[in-house]
Amino acid sequence: MSTAVKTNDSPVIEISSDERVRKESIVKKMLTRPELGSVSGAILVFIFFAIVAGDSGMFNADGILNWSTVSAQLGIIAIGACLLMISGEFDLSIGSMIGFAGMMISIPALYWGWPVWTCILFAFAGAMFIGFLNGYIVVKTGLPSFIVSLAFLFILRGLTIALSILFTNKTIVSGVSEVADGDIFAAAFGGEIGTSFFNWLAQADLIDTYVDGSPIVTGIPMVIVWFLLLASVASFVLLRTRYGNWIFASGGDEKAAKNIGVPTDKVKISLFMFTAFCATVFAACQVFEFGSAAADRGLLKEFEAIIAVVIGGALLTGGYGSVIGACFGALIFGVVQMGIFFTGADSDWFRVFLGIMLLAAVLFNNFIRKRVTGSH
Amino acid sequence: MSEYILELKNVSRYFGSVIALKDINMKIKLGEVHCLLGDNGAGKSTLIKTLAGVHKPSEGDFLLDGQPTGFESPRDALDAGIATVYQDLALVNLMSVTRNFFMGRELTKKWGPFNVFDTKKANEIARAGLAEMGIDVRDPEHPIGTMSGGEKQCLAIARAIHFGAKVLILDEPTAALGVKQSANVLKVVARARARGLAVILITHNVHHAYPVADRFTLLNRGKSLGSWLKSEVSREEILEMMAGGQELADLEAELAEFDRLDTKAI
Repeated sequence: MSTAVKTNDSPVIEISSDERVRKESIVKKMLTRPELGSVSGAILVFIFFAIVAGDSGMFNADGILNWSTVSAQLGIIAIGACLLMISGEFDLSIGSMIGFAGMMISIPALYWGWPVWTCILFAFAGAMFIGFLNGYIVVKTGLPSFIVSLAFLFILRGLTIALSILFTNKTIVSGVSEVADGDIFAAAFGGEIGTSFFNWLAQADLIDTYVDGSPIVTGIPMVIVWFLLLASVASFVLLRTRYGNWIFASGGDEKAAKNIGVPTDKVKISLFMFTAFCATVFAACQVFEFGSAAADRGLLKEFEAIIAVVIGGALLTGGYGSVIGACFGALIFGVVQMGIFFTGADSDWFRVFLGIMLLAAVLFNNFIRKRVTGSH
Repeated sequence: MSEYILELKNVSRYFGSVIALKDINMKIKLGEVHCLLGDNGAGKSTLIKTLAGVHKPSEGDFLLDGQPTGFESPRDALDAGIATVYQDLALVNLMSVTRNFFMGRELTKKWGPFNVFDTKKANEIARAGLAEMGIDVRDPEHPIGTMSGGEKQCLAIARAIHFGAKVLILDEPTAALGVKQSANVLKVVARARARGLAVILITHNVHHAYPVADRFTLLNRGKSLGSWLKSEVSREEILEMMAGGQELADLEAELAEFDRLDTKAI
C-alpha cells in the first residue's frame, strides 16, 4: 500500500506504509511508558493494604501523614537520583551526603554561632561543591560513576564522623531547634503549612483530635511540600525543556549526543550537583524536624533511592526513565514500609519484599527496553 | 563569493608519529555530490573528522567560501553549515523521532518566563522533514529503536538538512544497508543535491557512489590520488585505482584458477 504526495520542490514522493508493521493496541502502547510499572504497583500496594490493614489506622489522617512523609523523604532523593540515572550516571554518595549536609548545618549553627540561615546556605553550597567534584572527576576521567561515587560514599561518611568528633566531641549534635526558632529558612524545611486548615478540620470534626481539641495532624510538613515541588519542577524540566532532552541524550548515547553538540559533561556535572542539592534538602528537613543531626543519618539511603528510581521504570544503563515513575516508586516504598508496621508483621519482611520488588522491576524494565529498542 | 563552498589546500594531519593525512587537496561545490573513495585505512574518517571540526589540521589551509577558517569544535563546523552524518548516525535509540531530530538544537517557545521545548511544532517539523525524504512516520513520539537502518539514515540526513546544512558529509551511508534501502538513501542524496546542497559522500563502494556522484576524490594510505569529474573517469578506472590495479589482477587470476579447477572437477 502506498500513497503519492505532491510537494513543491520535488515532483512525486512515494510514501509507503510498511505492510509488515502491525497496528499496536493501546495496551501495548501503554507498555512503553516508563511509569506504568510503578503506578500499577502503587495501586496494587494500596489495594493490598486497604484489605489487610484497612482498620489499623493506616488510612486515618495521621496514618496517611506517616507514610506520605516517609515516601516524600525518599522521593526527594529519588528525584535527584532519577535524573542522574537517566543521564547515565549513578551517585552512591547520596546517603553519606545526607549525614554530611546535616552536620554542615548543625555544627556552624550550634558551635560557631552562625545565624541558622547562613548555615543552610553554607550546607547547600558545600554539598553542591562536592557534587560538582564528584561529577567533574567522573566526566574528566571517564571512570564509572559507580566507583567514583562509592569512594565519596566512604570519604563523606568518614569525614562526617571524624569532623563531628573533632569539632563537637560527639556524633549526635542536638539542640538545633532552639537556635533555629524564628528563622524563616529553617521553617522552610522543618515547618508545616496549612495549620489553620487542619485546625478548622478538627473543629468541624472531620479529623481526629486529641482530648484537648487540637488536631491529631497539625499541618503538612515541609518535606512533603519540597517533594511535590521538586517532583513537578524536575518532571517539567525533563519532559518539556531543552535541558531535559539533553539529559535523555546524554544517557541514551553519550557519543552520539556529544557529536551533535550536546554538552554532556555539563549536563552530568550539573546533575551530580542537583543530586547533592536533593540530599541537602532531605538533610535540612530532617535536621529541623528532629532538631538534631547525627553522623549516621542517611545510611543506605542511596540504595533506597536507586531502588525507587528503578521501580519507577528507569533503566540502569541510562537514557530512559521518568520522574513521576520514581515518585511512585518512592510512594510504594513508603506505603509498604509503614504498611508492614501497621499490619504488625515483622519489619524484616519489608526487606524481603523490597528485594523481590527490585528484581521484578528490573526484569520488567528489561522487557520494556527490548520492546523500545527493537532488539530481541 | 567563491566558486567553491569549501576548499582544502595541502591539509595534513598527524597523530604523534602516524601520518593520517598528507597534503590533501579537495574542492567542494554547492549542488554537487563529491564522492570520497578509499579503502579501509585510507584516511577517510580522519579527513571527514577534520572537515567536521573534530580534528584540527596539523598543516594546510581550510577555506570556507574563499575565507581561511579554523574550526575549534564540531559546533563551529555546524554553525558554518557543515553537517556530518556519521556511521553511528548520532541517534539515540531510546529517544523518540522528534527528540532525536531536535537533539542538541531543541525548538523552544516562551511559556511564561520559561523556554520550553515546543513538542507540538517539533513533531510537525520532524514528520514533514521525514516525509520529504519519503518516510512516513506514524507517531513522531515513538522511540526510533524499531526503525530500519535506512530510515534512521534518512532521519539523520533530514535532520542535517533541516538545520541549514550547506555541506552535508555522509560517512558510509550505505555500508550496513540492504539493496533497497541503499537505493532509498542514494535517492535522498540526489534530493539533497537538487536542493542545492553540497554533499560529500564517503564510501568504498563504487557501485553506490558512481550513479549519484559528480566528482570523485580518491584516497590511498593518507594521500590523495587526485580528483576527477564524472565525465573524466569511468567506474572501472576508479575501481582499479582504488584497489590498486595489481591486487585486482591478482584476484582475477586467482578466480580464474578456481574456474579452471571447477571445470576440471566436472
